[in-house]
Amino acid sequence: MRLKHLSDIALALMLARWKQTLVAAIGVTFSIALFVTLLGFMEGLNKLLDGIVLNRTPHIRLYNDIQPSKLQPIDISKEFKNYHNFISSVKPGKKRREIYNAQPIINKLERDDRILGLAPKITDQVFYNLGNIDLNGVISGLEVEQEAKLFAFSDYIIEGKYQDLQTISNSIIIGQGVAEVINAKLGDVVTVTAAGGEQFPLKVIGFFESGITEIDKVQSFASLSTTRKLLGVSNNYISDIQIKLKDLNIAPTLAIEYEDLFSLDAEDIQTANAQFETGSGVRSIISYAVGITLLIVSGFGIYNILNMLIYEKMDTIAILKATGFAGSDVKKIFISISLSIGVAGAIGGIFFGLLMSLGIDAIPFSAPSLPTVDTYPIDYGIQYYSIAVLFAMLTTYLAGWLPAKKASRVDPVIIIRGK
Amino acid sequence: MENTIALEARSIYKSFNDPVKIDVLKDVSFRVDRGEYASIIGRSGSGKSTLLYILSTMDTDFTGELLIDGIGVRDKTEKELAAIRNEKIGFVFQFHYLLNEFTALKNVMLPGFKLNKVSEEELEHNAYEYLKDLGIETLAKKMAYQLSGGEKQRVAIARAMINDPLIIMCDEPTGNLDSKNADIVFNIFKGLTETYNKTLLVVTHDLDFAKKTGRIIELHDGKVVSD
Repeated sequence: MRLKHLSDIALALMLARWKQTLVAAIGVTFSIALFVTLLGFMEGLNKLLDGIVLNRTPHIRLYNDIQPSKLQPIDISKEFKNYHNFISSVKPGKKRREIYNAQPIINKLERDDRILGLAPKITDQVFYNLGNIDLNGVISGLEVEQEAKLFAFSDYIIEGKYQDLQTISNSIIIGQGVAEVINAKLGDVVTVTAAGGEQFPLKVIGFFESGITEIDKVQSFASLSTTRKLLGVSNNYISDIQIKLKDLNIAPTLAIEYEDLFSLDAEDIQTANAQFETGSGVRSIISYAVGITLLIVSGFGIYNILNMLIYEKMDTIAILKATGFAGSDVKKIFISISLSIGVAGAIGGIFFGLLMSLGIDAIPFSAPSLPTVDTYPIDYGIQYYSIAVLFAMLTTYLAGWLPAKKASRVDPVIIIRGK
Repeated sequence: MENTIALEARSIYKSFNDPVKIDVLKDVSFRVDRGEYASIIGRSGSGKSTLLYILSTMDTDFTGELLIDGIGVRDKTEKELAAIRNEKIGFVFQFHYLLNEFTALKNVMLPGFKLNKVSEEELEHNAYEYLKDLGIETLAKKMAYQLSGGEKQRVAIARAMINDPLIIMCDEPTGNLDSKNADIVFNIFKGLTETYNKTLLVVTHDLDFAKKTGRIIELHDGKVVSD
C-alpha cells in the first residue's frame, strides 16, 4: 500500500465533508494563533519586568560585608570548649569596606572562562547638599564602559551621555528623583558630601531612571576615579566586584566557590532576586496552561468531526475492508485526515499568531518607569512556535487516533448485512 | 490435485447467540473447482449470505475449516485475511457499494492500490480494459454517484476483477436490478468463466438465474440439501 494512495483516499473523504474539515482546521489555527500570541506577549512582559532588575544585577557580587567574625575568640578557645557562650550583640571590629588585593583577584577572575565579564565598583553613602538640607544618597563609582557593556547601563540614561563620566572629570549622573528634589539641570554643579566628611562639587552630565523610584531617589553614578577622590581613598580602592556569568544558573555554586577562594562575601543573583524568578515562573505556567487548554479544546473539535465522518462513511470503510484493506490501512487513512487538519491548522496558526503578535507589538505603550519601552513587548522566541506546533500535532494525532481505531474495527459484515 | 480446487469448506458450523442460540449453518461442506460457475440458492434465512461472508473470510466466527487455494484461513490474523481477500477474492454485492468520492475508474483501481503489484499507469490501463470489456469505458471518468444501477454493478464487477482473483463471489448480484440489466450481468459472468476461466460463486434466490449456472448448491435451514 503506497502512502500516496492512502492519502488520495483520505483527501477524497476530507473533500466530501470539506466544510466540517475546514471548521476543525480553523479551530486548530485559532488555538495555535492564540497560544503563540499569549505566550509571546506574556514572556515579553516577563522579560521586560525581569530585565528591570535582573539585567542590572550582577550574577555574582563580591564584597566585604560588615559583620562580626563568625568565629569569636571564645569559640576558638580550648578552655571554654564545653561552655555555653551567652555573649550577645557582638559588634564587628574596625573593618574596611575595601576589597584587599583587588587587582590580583580581578586578574584571576578574568582568566576564568565561566565568566562573561566583570566590572569593579565602589558603593558608598553620600549626602546631596541642598542649601542647609542634606539628602541621603548612594553613589556608585563605575568603570563606565564595562558597566554599559555588561549591565545595560546606557539603557537607563534618559539625558546626557554616559561616556562623559569618563571624559569629563568630576562629573556625575544623578537619578531622576534626586534631580527633581535638588532641582538640578544638565550642566549644573551639585555639592556632594561623602560619609567621611569631605564636600565636593560635581558637574551633572546626565540623568538616570531605573524604573524603580526608590532607587532613582537616592542613586547617582560617577567614574571610579571621581568617586575615589570624593571618598578620599587610594586610587586602587574597590568595594565591589560585579561578575556576569555565561550561565546564570551556576551563580549559586560559583558564589560559594569564590567566597572560599578569596575570603570575601559573595552574593548570587538567585539569592538577591528570588522573588522575580518565582513571579515569572508562575506567569509562564499560567499562560502555558491556558494555551494548552486551547489546543486540547481544538483537539475535541477534530475528534467530533472525525467521529461524524466515520459514521457517515461506514459504507466506504466496509467496502474498503471487503476489498482487502486491513484495519491498519483504515486507521492510517483516518489518522492522516486528522494530521492533515492539524498540519494545515498549525501553518495557519503560526501565520495568524505572528500577525497578532506584530499587531500587539505595534500598540503604543509607555510607562514612566520603563524608559526603554514604547510599545507592548512581545517575545518572538521560536520555542513558543515549536511547542505550539508540537502540541497541536500531538492533540490532533490523539484526537484522530480514537475515531480511527473505531473505524479500523468496523465489521464489514454487519454493515453489508444491514442494508 | 490441490491446485484445481479454488475453495473448500469442511463441515462449517455457525450459530448466532443473540438473543437465543440459533444454528445458522450446520455441517456445510463442499468444494469449488477452478473455472467453475456455481450458485448457492436457498430461501431467505437459509443461511446463504452468512455462508458467503464466511467463505469470503470477512466473518471469522465459525467452526470448521475453510481452505482458499489450499490454504487454511483459521489462524490467520486480520491483516493476513485482508491480504487474502485483496489478492484472491473479488466481490460483487447486491448493493453496488462504490465509493461515491471517486470516479468509476478509481473505484475499479482501489483494490489494486492495496495490492500494489503493478505501477499506477499499468493499473489504470488494466482498469480501463476491464471497463471496456464490460462496455462501460465511456463512464470511466464519471463519479460513482452519477451512474445508474446497472452501470454501478458493472463497475463493481470490474473492481472484483482488477487483482485477477482466484474466485469471484457475488451476493445477490442481480437482486437490485431489472431483468434486462440482470441478463447483462449474467452474460458478463458467463463471459468471465468462458474467456477468463474465472471461478464464480454466486449467492442468489433467483432460481432462473441459478439454473443457467453450471452448478447449483441448495441450502435449506443451514444444510446443503442438494448439490
